[in-house]
Amino acid sequence: MNYLFAAYTAIWIILAVYLVSIHSREKKLREEVRRLEQQIRDSKFEIRD
Amino acid sequence: MSEKLQSRFDTVLAIALILGMVLALYMALIEAPRERTMGDLQRIFYFHVAAAIAGMTAFAVNFFSCLMYLVRRKRWWDNLALSAAEIGVMFLSMVLVTGPIWAKPAWFVWWTWSPRLTLSLVLCLLYVAYILIRNYIEDPEKKALVSAVFGIVAFADTPLVWFSIRWWRDIHPSPMLETGGLAPSMRPAFFICMIVFQILLVFLLRRRFYLESVRSEMESLEREADAH
Repeated sequence: MNYLFAAYTAIWIILAVYLVSIHSREKKLREEVRRLEQQIRDSKFEIRD
Repeated sequence: MSEKLQSRFDTVLAIALILGMVLALYMALIEAPRERTMGDLQRIFYFHVAAAIAGMTAFAVNFFSCLMYLVRRKRWWDNLALSAAEIGVMFLSMVLVTGPIWAKPAWFVWWTWSPRLTLSLVLCLLYVAYILIRNYIEDPEKKALVSAVFGIVAFADTPLVWFSIRWWRDIHPSPMLETGGLAPSMRPAFFICMIVFQILLVFLLRRRFYLESVRSEMESLEREADAH
């Protein structure tokens, strides 16, 4: 019974770790996209000025 | 597909996945009969095999995407290939972790270098290499091209893993469905777990592919920012 519990726990841990990793990578990329969009907007204003 | 429709599809997929997982757990842990020789330990089989089949499917998606990239040279196929490879590694990790947990009480060893086990480990390592290689190539087109060729070569191990227990003597159990080793009362649990893991594969592929789309967007913004 312990082995059965260990196997199913391992599956859920692997899945949870992978989902968290996708989420955190997506969050980082989204922040980077926002930063770059802001940077491009700022540089466009500078050119106009 | 419009954005609204895609988001609706993702919601339906997530609901189907949650309900399916609950059903799969119920079928595997409660509904399926207790096996005579191994007892409850045999219940590992339902998720272990379902994860293995989902992993193989992911590698088949990678193989097809690599081929399509070589034909079309579109970034979209490279993104799909990478997403499928990463998810395949995750499913194979489940298999390589639950396998030894099953093996220890059944065979009295955690690991043995039998053809099926060795080839499965090699398969997992090949796709880890596929993912790592990409970090060492700067040029996106060269990166996609090299990994497409590597992905096609790596896939050669997948049929070897699949057929190893048919071709060579192995301590690993023989294919249950083909040999009639799986009792009819255990089949509903097996098929439900297999379907749910395929839904999980589609769900993860969509999430991971979306991540690559955001990365592509970021890279084009970086180029634009450099140009200013």
